[in-house]
Amino acid sequence: MTAQPIPFFERVDDALHDGSLQTALGRATGRFVANRGNAFAAIQASDDLRRQARAIRAHALGHLDELLIKLSDTVEAHGGQVCWAEDAESARRYIVELAKARNVQLIVKSKSMASEEIHLNDALEEAQFHVVETDLGEFIIQLAGETPSHIIAPSIHKTREQVRDLFVKHLNMTPTDDIPTMASTARVELRQRFLRADMGISGVNFGVADEGAVVIVENEGNARLTTSAPRIHVAVMGIERVCEKLEDLGVLLQVLARSATGQRLSVYTSILSGPRRAGETDGPEEFHLVLLDNGRSKILSEQYAEALMCIRCGACLNVCPVYQAIGGHAYGSVYPGPIGAVLSPLLQPDLPEVEKLPHASSLCGACQEACPVGIAIPDMLLRLRADGVAAGKAQAIEQIAIGGWKQMMMNPTFFRTGGKLAAFGTSIIGRNGTVNWLPPPLDRWTNSRTFPQFAKKSFTELWEERQKNKSG
Amino acid sequence: MSTPTRQATLFVSCLVDQIYPEIGMSAVHLLEQHGVKVQVPQGLTCCGQMAFNAGFRDDARQVAGRTLEILRGQGDVVLPSGSCTAMIRHLYHELFKDTAHAAAADELVSRTYELTEYLVDVLGVTDVGAQYAGRITYHDACHGLRFLGLEQQARTLLSGVAKAEIVPLQGCDECCGFGGLFAVKMADISEAMLKRKVAAIEASGADLVVLGDVSCMLQIAGGLKRAGSTIRTRHIAEVLANNVEARR
Repeated sequence: MTAQPIPFFERVDDALHDGSLQTALGRATGRFVANRGNAFAAIQASDDLRRQARAIRAHALGHLDELLIKLSDTVEAHGGQVCWAEDAESARRYIVELAKARNVQLIVKSKSMASEEIHLNDALEEAQFHVVETDLGEFIIQLAGETPSHIIAPSIHKTREQVRDLFVKHLNMTPTDDIPTMASTARVELRQRFLRADMGISGVNFGVADEGAVVIVENEGNARLTTSAPRIHVAVMGIERVCEKLEDLGVLLQVLARSATGQRLSVYTSILSGPRRAGETDGPEEFHLVLLDNGRSKILSEQYAEALMCIRCGACLNVCPVYQAIGGHAYGSVYPGPIGAVLSPLLQPDLPEVEKLPHASSLCGACQEACPVGIAIPDMLLRLRADGVAAGKAQAIEQIAIGGWKQMMMNPTFFRTGGKLAAFGTSIIGRNGTVNWLPPPLDRWTNSRTFPQFAKKSFTELWEERQKNKSG
Repeated sequence: MSTPTRQATLFVSCLVDQIYPEIGMSAVHLLEQHGVKVQVPQGLTCCGQMAFNAGFRDDARQVAGRTLEILRGQGDVVLPSGSCTAMIRHLYHELFKDTAHAAAADELVSRTYELTEYLVDVLGVTDVGAQYAGRITYHDACHGLRFLGLEQQARTLLSGVAKAEIVPLQGCDECCGFGGLFAVKMADISEAMLKRKVAAIEASGADLVVLGDVSCMLQIAGGLKRAGSTIRTRHIAEVLANNVEARR
């Protein structure tokens, strides 16, 4: 756990040369993008729907304090208990202490990025609890001892062949590449755990303030079992995921499912309001809602507040050419992809090399275009870059280069002279219009592409000649 | 050539000025051909995009502020570059917010146009009377497409090019991987993106790939040449001005 983290550029290099990863990413992101496109094409006025979703999210963030208090009150009125966790440590402590106090042995978990964010499994295992991930993708990477590489498809980086090998090794499965057989192997394994577990931990897609309810969407039914079979249900929710009323879900659930997987609606939508009540035959005896701040209220007051609109659909990851090239692990943060490159420096400012993430983008804007709530991700990446420079994190060579660039661009004579020098230089090292090699650090350009020779006569010169000939 | 009925300022951008001047001259030709008196103010250099995108906002603001001063009172400003146009239209507001230049920046936004946008949307041109005997495919530069909403303008103009066959490009709206300093700071990722783009262009069957941004030109032309491809890369202004053969 305390092993030295692998440097960012090594992770990128590993990812680009990992054949299995490239295969898995190519298969999965292509499918996600196509499905999402079809799902939105199938509805009229999909832009209106997205505008409504954005308005709902903006309203929630604008009234976050009152909505959270309302949610807390309504949850407690239903007999649930609420933990206001200011940071990861207090959330972990609450859950670990609760498990200890209730003599919990086995814990099942359904998918929750918030619990990944606070490294909950590490804390629970350190306290000697047995934790089993029950989302199929999470189950796979738990067997592999890895972390999620995608917000909604945690094992997207694994090929079916790799999953087969894991199941053969850990579950004694007879070797097969048949996906239904692999899924049912996991199902049999997991079913026993659901029935024996004392505590179920889930994430929350949306908290509904008026109703005192948490909404969880999923496709496997494991979250429904996680939240209903064990005697204690703990739901971990980022404070920004609140909405005001049930009607909001009509919009939010539609854009979430269509953006995430291209479904019209997820297979299971659970709206859970508190523990089992008198006379009810099922449901947990206890319900605990952990409201996780962990830096969010600070973001809310900054120029990055819009990032909190995110509903964790993963669409920006799927369309991102950088994510498609390197996958999620190379980011080295809990939240990968474009939105991860925004959220990680804000939520985990002390993570090694986290300031590099906003630079891992060509600013192509595909993320913003795909975002169901229209988060201006490229603008925020640019602001984070500016923050990094202002904090003195730019490399010396870059500072020198930009300084030189500015001198040139501020003075047309320097600009013209610089162009002449470049034309002379590239005329010597290149030929036929093309330069094949540039000295370091510019060889990082010519390693993978040629560079053009500079023009012997600039546009400015051509224009001036033309004007002179005209008047002369 | 028709008698000029309107006037526009051409801001060719730093890269066109020093690396691809033919693109600037092609833009001059196109504008004049459609009755626009072109002027080029002295001393224009750069919009400031490179430093802005790298996070050096103070440096970007100085360079952009100088450009802003030169363009003050110069009427419509036309750029043969989606990304430089997007820099002015989309990002100058944030760059100059709460500075003495704030009002001038916002005023410039309202009269700044990308070249194909100016031709089609302002001048109402659909056919410039160009011809090219070959197969053309078109790459959508990200900034023009997503930050300026330019999708049809270039296609409209290209569809009027006589003798040309326009062939589709798989993933035409996917980034080529340039991204300014990204191309050298994250060179390996940029290369992976470029390889996809080069493969798609080669698979299109085109002999000419056309685009509206010189940034992508550096990347795509460089990638095609490195791959040993004979497919040529040209700015749309060069094709529309019948200047495809003007440079190597």
